[in-house]
Amino acid sequence: MSTHAPIGGKLLTKPFLILSLLFMLALAILLARFIFGLGAVTNINDGYPWGIWIVIDVMIGTALGCAGYAVALLVYLFNRGEYHPLMRSALMAGLFGYTLAGIAVIFDLGRYWQFYTLLLPWYVQLNSVMLEVAWCVMAYVVVLWIEFTPAFLERFGLENLRGKLSKVLFFFIALGILLPTMHQSSLGTMAVVAGHQISPLWQTQLLPPLFLISALLMGYAIVPFESILASMGLRQPLETHLLAKISGVALLVTLLYLALRFGDLLWRGALDLAFAGDTDAVMFWIENLLFILPVLLLAQRRWRIRPRLVFISAISLLLAGSIYRLNVYIIGYHPTAGGNWFYFPSVPEIMVTVGIFSFEVILYLLFVKNLPVLHRA
Amino acid sequence: MALNRREFLKLSAAGMGGALCPASGDAVMREPKQLSPDAVGMLYDSTLCIGCKACVSACKQANGMPPEAAGQLEPMWDTPLETSGSTLNVIKLYQNGTADHKDQEIDGYAFMKRHCLHCVDPSCVSACPVSAMTKDPVTGIVEHHADRCIGCRYCVYSCPFGIPKYEYDDPFGQIQKCQFCAHLQAEGKVPACCDVCPTGASLFGRVADLKQEAQRRLEKQPGDNYLFPRGELGAGRPGHEATIPTYLREVYGEKQLGGTQILYMSAVPFDKLGLPTNVPDFGYPAISEGIQHMLYKWMLAPALVLAGLVYVVKRNLDRGHDEQHKTPERDSGKGQS
Repeated sequence: MSTHAPIGGKLLTKPFLILSLLFMLALAILLARFIFGLGAVTNINDGYPWGIWIVIDVMIGTALGCAGYAVALLVYLFNRGEYHPLMRSALMAGLFGYTLAGIAVIFDLGRYWQFYTLLLPWYVQLNSVMLEVAWCVMAYVVVLWIEFTPAFLERFGLENLRGKLSKVLFFFIALGILLPTMHQSSLGTMAVVAGHQISPLWQTQLLPPLFLISALLMGYAIVPFESILASMGLRQPLETHLLAKISGVALLVTLLYLALRFGDLLWRGALDLAFAGDTDAVMFWIENLLFILPVLLLAQRRWRIRPRLVFISAISLLLAGSIYRLNVYIIGYHPTAGGNWFYFPSVPEIMVTVGIFSFEVILYLLFVKNLPVLHRA
Repeated sequence: MALNRREFLKLSAAGMGGALCPASGDAVMREPKQLSPDAVGMLYDSTLCIGCKACVSACKQANGMPPEAAGQLEPMWDTPLETSGSTLNVIKLYQNGTADHKDQEIDGYAFMKRHCLHCVDPSCVSACPVSAMTKDPVTGIVEHHADRCIGCRYCVYSCPFGIPKYEYDDPFGQIQKCQFCAHLQAEGKVPACCDVCPTGASLFGRVADLKQEAQRRLEKQPGDNYLFPRGELGAGRPGHEATIPTYLREVYGEKQLGGTQILYMSAVPFDKLGLPTNVPDFGYPAISEGIQHMLYKWMLAPALVLAGLVYVVKRNLDRGHDEQHKTPERDSGKGQS
């Protein structure tokens, strides 16, 4: 019945052990963080209160987890059944991206032991964009696990339960489309209140749609990225035809994004800052050239069946969306707090981020080898 | 298929589409917040400040804050350079060229007191997810409540004046900021910094009265004698007699970012003293909350979108079931290994 199957194979490979070591190193650093405080491990400071633990682990991490959302839009909303073979692995990318982002937030919270106040009605502050993001991400993590449950039920032969779940699954699929639409755009809205502290190259009321569309793009990019890596590293068959189609979708969405991004800059008259020759300008062009590169590489249909071009485009889009988020929240952020503040992540800070992403790959290997996730033609 | 797209566009119009429209500028702004008639505040007159830092010392004492020996090889004095987790107010120095004359932009110097400005429309209060930052509806004091704070530091990130600070070196650190000595005001006392200020540079009072006081100073001619009130405006403490300086013709905080309850007078341009001047006349929460309210008011748009999604997804799933049995291999494509 299912067209998905576990790929099997030995789990304790050399890459797996290296990833495990990186993960354990991150755990050791986190121990120090909880004993000695955030300042002992990270370089965040009074001027830059948000570092890579927030911007990479959470904001970029969840955007990378938008694969499930992006493919679900195609399969379930636009009724493009042909993308269905990609659905489960895309969903799994979302599952890991979001679950780990949700856990990673705790490491960064300065008063994590009071986290529960987010759920107490007499404390919640409904005007807070952060509250909306927090609730929405928590809800989406639950929805993702429910959406992914059929893979577990198939693995353990619980067809009866699976049948029951599939009767109500439509509701969770719908929620699984609504929730990322809400919080991925809100992750952009969160920067609006910073006002003049963020350079006009990035500060705009269009932050919510720009964040939403770029998150979608990263979702579409992660699908070929993961498929091609799996075909190289795990010797999986490559569904070239399907990847060409999804690259076509990514191309259209990128064009929409660029039109909105540059239209907004022209409308606000902020584009001259892109030629100021400072760090902001350089980062602006790195970010946007990475968005433009895939447009050139994927422009023709026959180029979209070449895995190399598709792979480069996917990496370019993933970097573009990631750098966009770094630019909005850190590079383009110039705190008005007096003094010459500077932020660059410390080595332990970076190693925690590396450890979290390593753990994500560990989970990926664990899941695809043991659960029916990857599609079998 | 075409039908689905049309439905999708309709859905977009209800929900996401809203987010795509705010290019029209003020359309998404929520109403600006109004100053409470009984709001209390401070008038800080940079020209009166002699940089004695009695206010810094009194603030530390009143709020139980530890000293900071910043930039010293061996700790000798309390020398905070900025507000921080251990310092709620600080006197800063502006200096230019030869620094010969006080209150002069070129070749001069001036003092500046930095702490929370108790905004009329505070970004920190709007940002905080758990109401750990509150604004008193009567006094307008912006207060932090660590008992519910989750330490996300969104208040630190969003404050347009860079005021709230977190204690990074404490495993159980908290956000620190000026609470305008709310605990002293509750006992009918004056905020510590205004209480000790020897020249009346920091003057406590009702914001409405302080604005009038500022106006009186602006109406005088430079060189005129003036009796500057000390401590609390209108409380009858003996004043400080001095001459009127060459003020800037503007009081900072009357309109900037929707107004602040701490007002600044100076002879040196405010941006030189570290205050942001290229700012709108409304607080940034007016925009961010405007966007949020448009999208999430009563959760109406999300509920509508969800209803539409449930309908379309259910129908597509039911249809997909029939098709899956007919043409399973059509779509999967022949893999290349």
